[in-house]
Amino acid sequence: MNPTDSAPDGGREALLEADIHRLLDGELPPARAAEVAAWIAADPQRTRQADAWRRQRALLHERYDSLLTEPIPPAMLQTLSTAPTTRAYARAALQSLWLRAAGIVLLAGACGSAGWFGHARLGNPQAPDALTALSQRAAMAHAVFSPEVRHPVEVTASEELHLVRWLSARLATPVRAPVLIPQGYALVGGRLLPGEDRPVAQFMYQNGAGKRLTLYVSTLTPGSPSLRETAFRFERFRNVNTFYWVENTRAYALSGDLTREELMPVARTVYEQLAKSMPEPAQGVQPAKAQP
Amino acid sequence: MEQEALVELIPRLRRYARALTGERFRADDLVQDTLERALSKWALWRPGTDLRAWTFTIMHNVFVNQVRRSVLAAESLDPDAGMDVEDSGARADTLAQLNALNSALQRLPDEHREVLLLVTLEGFSYDEAAHTLGLPIGTVMSRLARARGKLAVLLEGNAAQAAPQVQLKIVK
Repeated sequence: MNPTDSAPDGGREALLEADIHRLLDGELPPARAAEVAAWIAADPQRTRQADAWRRQRALLHERYDSLLTEPIPPAMLQTLSTAPTTRAYARAALQSLWLRAAGIVLLAGACGSAGWFGHARLGNPQAPDALTALSQRAAMAHAVFSPEVRHPVEVTASEELHLVRWLSARLATPVRAPVLIPQGYALVGGRLLPGEDRPVAQFMYQNGAGKRLTLYVSTLTPGSPSLRETAFRFERFRNVNTFYWVENTRAYALSGDLTREELMPVARTVYEQLAKSMPEPAQGVQPAKAQP
Repeated sequence: MEQEALVELIPRLRRYARALTGERFRADDLVQDTLERALSKWALWRPGTDLRAWTFTIMHNVFVNQVRRSVLAAESLDPDAGMDVEDSGARADTLAQLNALNSALQRLPDEHREVLLLVTLEGFSYDEAAHTLGLPIGTVMSRLARARGKLAVLLEGNAAQAAPQVQLKIVK
């Protein structure tokens, strides 16, 4: 559908107006998108308008994305667990780590009121430590965003400098995206996510086969016991494998739908690159990037 | 496999429902009702088709029915008629904007809010949104334009943001 081709001249302004929306929503083919972007940039009023709408998208995500990583209320999983079609999976999910990560209180409530959990085996009744919880949020964020076809990231690698500056500003610490081209992974882009009590960053990478990795970056509170952690740790949540570690008051988690053996060398590379001094984001030089 | 997908859709359903209803408990009720309805209609879902669109369509229907029940007596407004923007609003910083966002969203007509959220928050294509809501694509686009225009006014108190796109014309 390309209405502008057949538009009478009188309708051109209105059609271009619609094209601003199409551009923001990824509905235009690349050639037309570039044309519309130039047309917007040439007019301050259009620029303000497009910026306002972009801000709306950012605000909506900032306000509501926490729902994506919040533990699912047990009642919902319980509903699915009563249906033959979804029973097995919902029960597995109920007992899985992403509920345990932050759902201990909810579970306690459910135990008291519903009784359904009486026979649900919960492997480890203890709350996971802060780092494990962080790695679980990272795995969940990977599971949520890596299958995205249209909007895998908020800011694409084509604007890497902006991405890195923005995330550094929001995390209040310099962050950067490691280069994983030698490992076969190009940067797709990144996004800001709500962490437990602060914003966190997620960078996404993709290889030629379309496999995606995500790097989750969070700051740690000075004095936090997690800061003393130096080991490389590994967790598996459902089908997402995650290596995570602490370096320089930041916690990192690299997640992927890869085997532990495949993920390990990539994690090591990320660790080595980021363990070196953390300069301000480098200007300019960008590797070729994959199209999501 | 599809069943797993339904479980995995829950976080998205919750995000959409929260933004749609603006209230935590109402949102989770909406998700709960949607899941129950999806299960009761499970036999109607055709494997291989888009489970996300199917589930969001169910949520849309449940939502519309809930709204209908709760505002039976309210005046009926044509959602596509022109809107008056009564709120001049104050220019707010980001934090205040976040707080204001939820209430601003709730001041949009339901039909406009649905389209805005599906496209902007959930990343639906215009086609998918049209399919999910059972609307022509032109209606999706005009509602989206109106929703963005009004939201800009509510959030930024700048009427200039909303003015031009009201007469959006869609040629298919």
